[in-house]
Amino acid sequence: MDVASFVDSVRADVAGWDRAGGLPSAIVPTMATGGFLAADLPRRYGGADLGQRDLGEICASLGGVCSALRSLVTVQGMVAAALLRWGTGAQRAAWLPTLASGGNIAGFAATEEGAGSDLGAMSTTVQGHGDDVVVRGRKLWVSLGRLATVFLVFGRQDGLPVAVLVESDRPGVVVEPIADPLGLRAAQLANIRFEDVRVPAANLVAPAGFGLSHVAATAVDHGRHTVAWGCVGLAAACLEQAVQHTARRVQGGVRLADHQLVRAVLGRAYVATSGARQLCAHAARLREQRSPSATAETVVAKYAGAAAAASVSQDAVQLLGAAGCGPDNPVNRFFRDAKIMQIIEGSREVGELDIGEFALRTAGPDRTL
Amino acid sequence: MDIRQVSGDDITRQILEFLSAATGGTALAEDQDYIAEGLVNSIQAVELVTRVEQRFGIEVEVSDLDLDNFRTAGRIADFVRRKRAAAAPDTRDG
Repeated sequence: MDVASFVDSVRADVAGWDRAGGLPSAIVPTMATGGFLAADLPRRYGGADLGQRDLGEICASLGGVCSALRSLVTVQGMVAAALLRWGTGAQRAAWLPTLASGGNIAGFAATEEGAGSDLGAMSTTVQGHGDDVVVRGRKLWVSLGRLATVFLVFGRQDGLPVAVLVESDRPGVVVEPIADPLGLRAAQLANIRFEDVRVPAANLVAPAGFGLSHVAATAVDHGRHTVAWGCVGLAAACLEQAVQHTARRVQGGVRLADHQLVRAVLGRAYVATSGARQLCAHAARLREQRSPSATAETVVAKYAGAAAAASVSQDAVQLLGAAGCGPDNPVNRFFRDAKIMQIIEGSREVGELDIGEFALRTAGPDRTL
Repeated sequence: MDIRQVSGDDITRQILEFLSAATGGTALAEDQDYIAEGLVNSIQAVELVTRVEQRFGIEVEVSDLDLDNFRTAGRIADFVRRKRAAAAPDTRDG
């Protein structure tokens, strides 16, 4: 099933998932069969060898109907990207095919009570140096945390940042569901406690010292790209709703779209959506070229995407009026989800600092490397 | 320019230039531990790996992830030279 058919097949159900606060379990095999999970992995690892632009278009299509579905693709892709880049041959062979097939659902367990934007402040420990290591700590806001079968957990081993895979069925893994969040309500958010969980040392990803700067950074970079495209899809869906409503709704003998105020809002929403889409396409191109600027330009794309999603969804609710506030109207859900997009995978404010830093040094004279 | 023609000193100089730009114009010494001093963020760390790979035609693998390979500009340059020497075609007779 291609992504357009898949999206059409679930369109009537997604509001119910949002209300119920979860995705149906059958959705994972359906999405795996469609080739939407870890689709950019090489074929030898069960992926579809999809280009970054094509991966982005899948995320835009999913984001245009349900951000929780896009979130599933995002997290699966983040952990797959980290393992593809920094896993050993044995780890890649063992884990990647299961992520592409949906045999494993990944969770990304990084945030802590005292460590959000500053992951370096994390206090989770990974102790031991023999055949096993012991993981102890509590991770917050894990997307798909209730569904995940394996978590990529970040902690400290002898003070150094380290990444380790922890299967959810190991003794000591405690899943604490988060009920009724503002948005992404179907993404099965959970806090995860790791109470002296013993895992094989073979589950450590990359040597101690590189857990955040390389493993987490590679994962989050991949996540920003798919979130950015999902935001573009969300914004485009909101614009479409606003156009359809204002083109049809007549009040006082005048079509809403014939008011200049309304038409200007549509114009601004079009530019925001289209601009974000072009920045996403630019980032995708740089990623395919393995350009050194790709990581920074992905931050730019995610920043613009989240901004477009937030502003266009807000406009759409306003233009639809009471209808947009109704319980089952998609713009209601998009509006709530869009706010989350300005916080996850790097908050808006941290993004601005990173982009400003990139501007400072790329405009400087030292561009030889 | 053929990346294999970049001389050893150029490698150190180019890495220093990138690190200095990435750390807000700090004048870094060849043996300065920019990681311990917290001078690069994770976006720059990923960018540094890609830049080194692209600029010098090598591939950084998980087995290369040793802090001793990366903690100073001089060590990165040594690492690049070792990787390039290992990857260079053997042109000797016999």
